[in-house]
Amino acid sequence: MAMTFAEKVLSRKAGKKSARAGDLVTCKPDRLLMHDNAAAITDKVARDMAKFGIADPEQPIIVLDHVIPASDEKTATSHKKIREFVKKSGIKHFFDIGTGVCHQVMVEKGLVLPGMLAVGSDSHTCSYGAVNAFATGIDRTEAAALLLTGETWFKVPETIRVTLHGRLPEMVSAKDLILTIIGKVGADGADYCSVEFSGDIACLTIDDRFTIANMGVEMGAKNAVFPVDEVTKGYLQEIGVNRITWNPEWADDGATYRQKLTWNLGEIVPALSLPHKVDKYKPVTELVGMEVQQCLIGTCTNGRASDLAIAARILCGKKVSLNTRLLILPASRAELEEALDAGDIETLVSAGAVLLPPGCGPCLGAHQGCLAPGEKCLSTSNRNFKGRMGCKDAEIYLASPATVAATALTGKISDPREVA
Amino acid sequence: MRIWAYGDDINTDMLFPGKYTYTCAKPDEIKPHLLEDLDPEFAKEVQPGDMIFAGKNFGCGSSREQPVVGLKAVGIEAIVAKSYARIFYRAAINQGLLLIECPEAVAVYKPDMPVQLNLKESTMLVDNQTYKFPTLPPEILAIRDAGGLLEYTRARLRAKASAK
Ligand code: SF4
Repeated sequence: MAMTFAEKVLSRKAGKKSARAGDLVTCKPDRLLMHDNAAAITDKVARDMAKFGIADPEQPIIVLDHVIPASDEKTATSHKKIREFVKKSGIKHFFDIGTGVCHQVMVEKGLVLPGMLAVGSDSHTCSYGAVNAFATGIDRTEAAALLLTGETWFKVPETIRVTLHGRLPEMVSAKDLILTIIGKVGADGADYCSVEFSGDIACLTIDDRFTIANMGVEMGAKNAVFPVDEVTKGYLQEIGVNRITWNPEWADDGATYRQKLTWNLGEIVPALSLPHKVDKYKPVTELVGMEVQQCLIGTCTNGRASDLAIAARILCGKKVSLNTRLLILPASRAELEEALDAGDIETLVSAGAVLLPPGCGPCLGAHQGCLAPGEKCLSTSNRNFKGRMGCKDAEIYLASPATVAATALTGKISDPREVA
Repeated sequence: MRIWAYGDDINTDMLFPGKYTYTCAKPDEIKPHLLEDLDPEFAKEVQPGDMIFAGKNFGCGSSREQPVVGLKAVGIEAIVAKSYARIFYRAAINQGLLLIECPEAVAVYKPDMPVQLNLKESTMLVDNQTYKFPTLPPEILAIRDAGGLLEYTRARLRAKASAK
């Protein structure tokens, strides 16, 4: 029986020969990610854990990233609680503040590998499809129950196959591609579905694939995934993962799809997503000249050294416009170190950028870089919902690192193909 | 009973702003901020037994469960929408909050139309027209009926412990 990627991983994990879209299966995920919300999660089941214990101390991974360093007494207290819990319960994988955004940390530390099943109490858990994992977000209560039982149920999703052809043009990136795709299929276009990316993917680096898989949830997807190829193998070798531990999966020829879509990469142009919905697509050319008061390059979507390198290339020897401000938010310490070694951080800071610690910072509006009423922000993050950056009367526009860097230079939306 | 009607793609930031995600977890902390950026009247006026009607992709966005916990705590009897985002849908099962997917009922609904739920039959009456909606598979209904995932899990763990 020909199966999709989702059908293959979920049936194997459930100990079954096969599974079909729509089936319910019970599986033990290889990984359970939590972040600052681990305090609220463990609170729910503190008494149960005292009685029944933790199902598997190897399964949970905690990364402190959302509000770091703590912004007030309340967040400091919950970080403290999490550190105490980690010590007491023997959790094997804990990363304190400054390591990076949880999703980046999961991938770069080799904690998610091809063919794994990972869940996380964060919607952008779907990012790990970049390295061929089946990864999806869950709520806090489900994470709490997983601490006790180690397993949960999954409805095997239907699948959408996206086939890519050609190559992206100069100054056009994976971010422009995924914003274009979401604009076309809509914020609910992949609701409950698994999305498989295939075709000419060899030109997409793991960073590119991360950006694309990360935004799968913005079209409603349960997970978004790439096959393992030479690019994946090269990346995993680089981070020192032992090949024997991979169990890559991919769809069989003849598997059943809900929908098949094709994109020509050569036709993609620099893209924007307009407030307050990610699927409000517009080519950058249509908004050139619109003033923005804040620019943000970073987050789990686009905060890697390769993103900062593009920004540094555009801003090298120049200054951020006096009419705007540029925030740099590296996705992790490792990515920050790489950008430091390359001299890109120096370039950006000399140009007038403000460097924030690796973490979520302004992305979710809890602290750092909040917007004022009436302000506009151009950001490389993945979500532009009303109020997302702390102010419901501000506007967030999404774009690629190149577009944001070009815009920081002029203070107005700019086409990176013109500025660079 | 009042019906609160909203449009498509009502996201989690509208239901519960992200800036409170790491400081409010308990129902009483959540309640005053429910739907704060969408409908400031909601938190003040909502009563137990009220329902929400909404368009497609309700609950899209973050995995934060405060919207579900809060809506359950203020006594929302059911949400009726054209469709839901999956993490929200799952979170509702886990909190024992009733979500009904019934695009036809939402399409005909206008303010002040009488609405009645019949859970036994999985039907609802809107303006005296009957609409059928899908139910959950029995394995999943068991979670909602236990009052939510934690109650369900505790019962299973207790049974397992006493079987030993
Ligand atoms: S960087 Fe933003 S999108 Fe990514 S995990 Fe943090 S808050 Fe979520």
